[in-house]
Amino acid sequence: MNDSLFSLLNYGIYGTAILVILIGLYGALVKKSLLKIVIGLSVIDSGLNFLIVALDYYKGGTAPIFSLGYLNGTDKLMVDPVPQALVLTAIVIGFGVTAVALSLVIRLYRHHGTLNIDEIKDLKW
Amino acid sequence: MIYFILIIVLLLLMIGASVYAIVQKDLLYAVIATGIISLILSILFYLLQAPDVALTEAAIGVALTTIIFIITIRNTVRHEEEEDGNKKFKSAVK
Amino acid sequence: MKKFIVIILLAVLGGYTANIFFDIGFGEPHFVQGVKPVKDIYLSETVSNLNVSNTVTAIVVNFRGFDTLGEVTVLFLAVTALGSILYKRRHQVGKRSVMFSASSIVTSGSKLIFPAIVLLGAYVFIHGHLSPGGGFQGGVIIATGFLLMLLAYENFSIGHNALSIIESLAGITFAGVGLMGFIGGGTFLENFLPTGILNNLFSGGVIPIIYIAVGFKVAAELTGVIYTVLHEKGEVNE
Repeated sequence: MNDSLFSLLNYGIYGTAILVILIGLYGALVKKSLLKIVIGLSVIDSGLNFLIVALDYYKGGTAPIFSLGYLNGTDKLMVDPVPQALVLTAIVIGFGVTAVALSLVIRLYRHHGTLNIDEIKDLKW
Repeated sequence: MIYFILIIVLLLLMIGASVYAIVQKDLLYAVIATGIISLILSILFYLLQAPDVALTEAAIGVALTTIIFIITIRNTVRHEEEEDGNKKFKSAVK
Repeated sequence: MKKFIVIILLAVLGGYTANIFFDIGFGEPHFVQGVKPVKDIYLSETVSNLNVSNTVTAIVVNFRGFDTLGEVTVLFLAVTALGSILYKRRHQVGKRSVMFSASSIVTSGSKLIFPAIVLLGAYVFIHGHLSPGGGFQGGVIIATGFLLMLLAYENFSIGHNALSIIESLAGITFAGVGLMGFIGGGTFLENFLPTGILNNLFSGGVIPIIYIAVGFKVAAELTGVIYTVLHEKGEVNE
């Protein structure tokens, strides 16, 4: 890819990641059904992981694995491996949070009979 | 050149799927759109030279999250309810 | 009215954040001048001292192994909380959410493909230090295979006691290997076994042992989560 197309990707990738985070945040703030709020939280998680991995990509770099072909070939650049290790943990913990939130939604529906947050007013369980 | 067109198409599909997941009122379609977001994200992780993260996202985001959401929908409602236009009309009539 | 205020606030926040990220730039290394970054030390030490091919595995298990212990603990806490919130009394258990078996194509196909999925998951977490993969990826692949069998057959059951015993033994192995690092005056989670030759199966010291334990633990936990969620007895809705 030549340089002018690559500088267009600068606006494309960062703009898409921030737009997905903002759409998920809008869904978590405005919607009235409890299940829609949990879907919004899951969309925010996906957007954040994309932003962290896209921050440390070097142009012309390769994956951080020392295979036999890499050791015999010429000296090439490697992509930063530290954010990938952090995002690996973040994906698993995001799934754990979604699972606990959905079990709370099932329990609330059995007690109140509705999923609208305007009608769940008493603080007792 | 062809990688550039591929990345632009995938980014546009991701924005479209996320808007569809928030706006749609039938909750089963919104859950499938969340699965499509995770699938496109896994392809983009591979194009950004991160194979471990792509494996983890493809396995957790597509398979396990979708099945937990679908079991929750089966135990609760399927359609998001109407807005509060009906309530205002009812309280004004009384 | 509320939607209008939320849209304006989010647009201001998004514009300010996007401005910062457009200034950073995509594809350029951005470090403080004159300071050696951490990734150079990790990359050079992985191939010369530890003799391990996969750098991300070496960072997750060896250089930042304490964070992996915390993550395994958080996953265990989440599964315990999920099992205790969906609580039912002893005489109400039994009915499943999936009431009938699937068609004959699905039943005969899933019986053939289930051993292949378990074999693929075991291969991924045993060769975690040689190729892309590791404990978390292999454990989730095995849990997906069990999900396929649970959805196809209506009387497929897994012993709950066996899953608990496997998960507890794997967790004790992880903490025990960490405590054995104290032998010889070292620190917690130190690499005390000899590291072999590059690109061999027995290389990297204590890294394959820890990742095999993590793979077993994650597979047993996620299978337990799916089993708990599928046995929820509720009203049939449409």
